[in-house]
This record gives sequence, C-alpha cells and structure tokens, in this order.
Amino acid sequence: MAALLESWGRRMAPGSEVVSEDLERITAGRALSRGLARSYGDACLPAPSSSEIVGTTLADRILAFDPATGLLRAEAGLSLREIVRLFLPRGFFVPVSPGTMFVTLGGMVAADVHGKNHHRDGCFGAHVTSLRMRLADGRIVTASRSENPDLFRATLGGMGLTGHVLEVEFRMTRVPSPWILCESERIDDLEAFVAGLKAAARDWPFTVGWIDCLSAGRHMGRGILLRGRWAERGEAPMRPPRPLPRLSVPFVLPEWALSRFTIRIFNEVYYRAHVARSRRRVRHPEPFFYPLDAILHWNRIYGRRGFFQYQCVLPEASARRFLELLTSLGGASFLCVIKDCGAEGEGLLSFPKPGISIALDMAVRDDTQRIVDALNERVIAEGGRVYLAKDAFTRPEHFRSMEPRLPAFERARRHWDPEGRMKSAQSVRVLGDAP
Amino acid sequence: MKAVLLGATKGIGRALARLMAERGDAVFLLGRDLEALQKSARDLELRSDRGVEVGVAHCDLEHPMSYALALEAADKALDGFDAVVVTAGSFATQEKLEADPGLLARVLDANFRGTILFCEAVRKRLLARGGGTLCVFSSVAGERGRKPVGLYGATKAGLSHYLESLDHKYRAAGLRTVCIKPGFVKTSMTAGLPVPPFASEPEAVARVALRAIDRGTPAVYAPPIWALIMLVIRSLPRAVMRRVGF
Repeated sequence: MAALLESWGRRMAPGSEVVSEDLERITAGRALSRGLARSYGDACLPAPSSSEIVGTTLADRILAFDPATGLLRAEAGLSLREIVRLFLPRGFFVPVSPGTMFVTLGGMVAADVHGKNHHRDGCFGAHVTSLRMRLADGRIVTASRSENPDLFRATLGGMGLTGHVLEVEFRMTRVPSPWILCESERIDDLEAFVAGLKAAARDWPFTVGWIDCLSAGRHMGRGILLRGRWAERGEAPMRPPRPLPRLSVPFVLPEWALSRFTIRIFNEVYYRAHVARSRRRVRHPEPFFYPLDAILHWNRIYGRRGFFQYQCVLPEASARRFLELLTSLGGASFLCVIKDCGAEGEGLLSFPKPGISIALDMAVRDDTQRIVDALNERVIAEGGRVYLAKDAFTRPEHFRSMEPRLPAFERARRHWDPEGRMKSAQSVRVLGDAP
Repeated sequence: MKAVLLGATKGIGRALARLMAERGDAVFLLGRDLEALQKSARDLELRSDRGVEVGVAHCDLEHPMSYALALEAADKALDGFDAVVVTAGSFATQEKLEADPGLLARVLDANFRGTILFCEAVRKRLLARGGGTLCVFSSVAGERGRKPVGLYGATKAGLSHYLESLDHKYRAAGLRTVCIKPGFVKTSMTAGLPVPPFASEPEAVARVALRAIDRGTPAVYAPPIWALIMLVIRSLPRAVMRRVGF
C-alpha cells in the first residue's frame, strides 16, 4: 500500500515526507516543502509526479535574535508555538499571527498569513525582512526587498511554488504585558456586525467576529464581536501565562455528528451563552488568538470524508448577498469567522485586500463542488477572491478570473523556475502545472 | 548541572539539550560536524535567555583519538562538568546492515566499541573528581534478539550490559550511570521507517531522560509504556519469537 500524505482538511495524496535537521541537503532536487501541514486543501500535498516532498519541522533552530530591534532569524521549520512559548515571557510576540499556533515560519511565509490585526498591520510578509531560499535549479539565494525583490514578492503568499524557504528573518513586536485585554459584544445582525468591525478597527489592534450563518432574515449574521489589545502592565497579572492543557479528539467521528441540526444547536448555545451584551476582561493570549488549538485533532469531528474551509474576501456591501446564497445552497457552516481586511500586501498572491473576509468550515459532501462553484461565481461577480491556503475545490478558470495579479506571479515563477520543477497538488489543480 | 552532550545537534539529543539549557543548566556540545554544532549552540543560547555561552568541540565516536581532547575542552569551558549525556549513535535497517559489511562495521564501531571507549574515558574523569552522572541512550532493541533489529539490537544489548555493570561497580564511588531505553521515536534517524504503535516524539523521551538524570535512575524505558511491552516480549518463549515477525 502506498503511503498517503494528509492535509488539515483531511485531503489525501500518495507520497511521503523526507525529513532531516539539514534542510539544505534534503531540499535539493525536490518539488515542494511543507511544515506542519495546516493548510486545509491540497497546497501541502505533492503533485502526482513528485511523491517525495520535504517536511521542514526538524529544521527548527533559532539563528539570531536582537532584543533591541526585535529582529528574529530562524530556520523555516520553527513553529509559531515555540516562538510564542519562548518569546512571550520576554515581552515579544509575532507581528502577525494566524488562528493556530501549529504552523511553521516557512508556512507563514508561503501563505502570507493574516490575523486579527490585518486592518492595522497587514500580512506576516510585511514584517519579513529577508528569506534564504533553495531555488528549483539548486542555487541558494537571499530574497528581500533589496535583493531579488521579485522573488521575495512572489514567495510571500506563493504557496511554496517559487522555491524552498530555508530561513526566515522578521521583526517581532514588543508587547507591554503577556496578557490580552479583551472585549466581546453580542451583535444582532450582519449590517451591525460590519459596522461594529469598522468602528472597532479605529481603536483596537485586534478584531474578529464569529457569526451564525444558519439564521436567516433579520437575524442573519448575528454573532459575537471580539476586540482586543495587549494589556498594559498595571492591568494584567505580573506572572506570564502558562501554556494551557489540551484535549484531543481521539478518533474520527461519524458523519452525522455534525449535521445542520447539531450545528444549529451549537450556534444557538454559543450566541445565548454570551448573556451580557458586552464583556471586558483580561484573558490568556492562547484562547484569544488560538481558540481551536485547545482541542488537538479537531479536524476529526468532520468524519471520514474530512472538511474544507471556504475563505473569501468581498466588498462589505456584498456580505449579505453572499451569506444569502450560502443559505440557499444549503451550506451549513459550524464556524463562520468574519474579519475586515486592510490594504493589499506586497505578496503577489497574498490573499487579503480591503473588504470583509468570511471563512466557513464545512464538511465535505457529495454536493461540495457545486456549492464551491456557486460561491466562487458570486465572489467573482462581486470582485472578491479566495484564500489558497484553505482551498481544495476552486476551478482554474475561476481562480484566474478572481486574480488579476496571476500573470505577474507566473512571470516571476517562470523566471526563477523556468523548467517548472516546483509544484504541488494545488498548483496542478489550480494553476495548470503539468502533473 | 554542568553537562556535556555528545550527539545533541539532532533528534532526542537536541530536545534534551533544549530542556537543559532552558532551565539554566550549563551545557557543552560534542559532535562530528562543527558547523552544525555551532548553529545548535547558538540556538541553545538564544533559547536559554540567560546570557549563557554554549561551547562546542569536535568528537567522533568512530575515532577514539578525538575523545580526550574533546572532554578536556568541555572540562575547561564548564570548569569541571558533572554530567555527560550520550545520545549519539548510528542506525541502519537490518536489511541494509546484512547487505553491507562496511556499513555494519561502522555501526558496530560507533554504537558498541566507540561508545564504551568514550564512557570509559568519562568514567575515569568523573571518578577522579568524586563522581557525577553518565547518561547513555541504549534502546529497547537491545532487550531481546529480534528479527527486524538483530544487528543494531546487538550493539545496544552489549551497551546496556556494560552500563548495568558500570552502575553496579561504581555507584558507591559516586558515579551514577543512567541507561535510557527508548522505544520507537520519530526522529530523522527513523524517518522513512513504518511507524509502529507506541511511537513517541523526541521531546517526550527527552523529558523522561531528564527526570532520570536528575534522580540518577539506573535504567528507564522511554516512554514508560515500553517497560510493560518489553516485559511481555522478554517473557515470550523462543518458539514464539521465531515465528513472529517483531
């Protein structure tokens, strides 16, 4: 039986990981690197012709850190969890954090991740100063804003298709305390939600919302809005937060565990549990930034066929039409995360652009392709786009229509990899690479 | 604790060195590849956040001539170490070892001859100053003659045997010998092998090892479940072992 590699959404492809502490050695001649394989779709899976891909997680040394400037340089396999564990007690945090700690620096560059502070601080790539890369032809080069800038821009958000990231240098942010001061507010409908996000963006570095997308009509888009900032010294406990215990989903649940019915109950309870209209408190940063990391293997709740996340960014005025379409298609999402995005970043394929980002987790069913196609057509019509780190179903013609920057990305790729050696299952599916 | 680690640029050794450096132990790294040693040392310095300097020296288990100089350098840098940890070792599959006598000679040399000669050098140094801790990584592969790990297991069986005798003979004189017997650990050494049940992560094994070093436990399985598994395997009759594939 051939070995299978898996992504977070439980997509599978035949192949295996080559791992070593020596990333330089194992990246030579290989078509793709992956870190902790947290991308949901097929971005971290090998193309059919390249069964062996590089796993970077053993290459996790910190190479340099300057507390005066916050500049940190490390190997690509270092995990965000380690960075937070080591540097938060010293008063530093990553400039941009995605919603999970189980990612590597290389993955954060490849997906050019964004977080709750996107409206203010942009993507992770905006804080990266330099990359050390292994190119498809075997050369090892530096990519930065002054050295090989086109390679640098194509690599931020380039899903690992421009070469292997060996080392990442970026600027950490100094924080006044290792605790979060957080406000949460119950919001009644979508329009109020979008307005609430915009209002919060003026004063708060971190904002995000969870909405119930099963409620229709007047209640559509009701949910909980979160605002946060680092607590000042006087507001928080002196002691640093301890890492929290984690639960684990021990096995793959049957498919009926997450039905429209159980999701409706969850949504109702989550919304009603927030009894007061608004709450203010000092919180541990882990449940604030990484609520789902408390449960290991949570992707198993979606059953044998796995799940996918559909994340798109749209103009604010289009959000309601999009959710109405989702409801009419019968798409039931357990979690729907909504966030306003700031300006587009430097990365040639970076996902965020001004508007509202909506992320939906849905179990894979027979009609998934039909739902994604319909949602994508709406996204194209509204001038939005989808996030490749989550994507498993977008058709190439749809992606091309929503991504005017694609020709520039393809030019850079052809320049740095003329023979088309770097590829993934996703690049074969979405960008038309040879299998 | 002032510890010298041989083989800490990778795998379990790397994880153990990090645990030690982060809690404030002084560490010194020995190994074959100077560049890898220096990068690992820098990593430990940055993780410890106590302004400590981590020194390195070249030492190769296959070259006993390198031991004395390396231990001398460590002693000097640490102003007399009180613990030595050996995670270095070679591994290859039974299939490869049976097919390639040159490779087999090297694995036998590093894991048995080299490791024991190194331990003897450490023993003399530690006893001369009244004792200390010698922690060496053997393996559950050395517990019973088994088809898939016969040759590698033989080196570890010999090593475990030596470490037990060392413990009996010199514990009273102050030398605490700690023999760690890990089960299957997911490291670059075992990459590409089918992952059996009860496989563990290097960090988990490193935590067990560090507790054993602190307490001076003579022999521990890591993770502890392997004590039970090996109890069963050791008690299986020969006729059964001959038939089964593990």
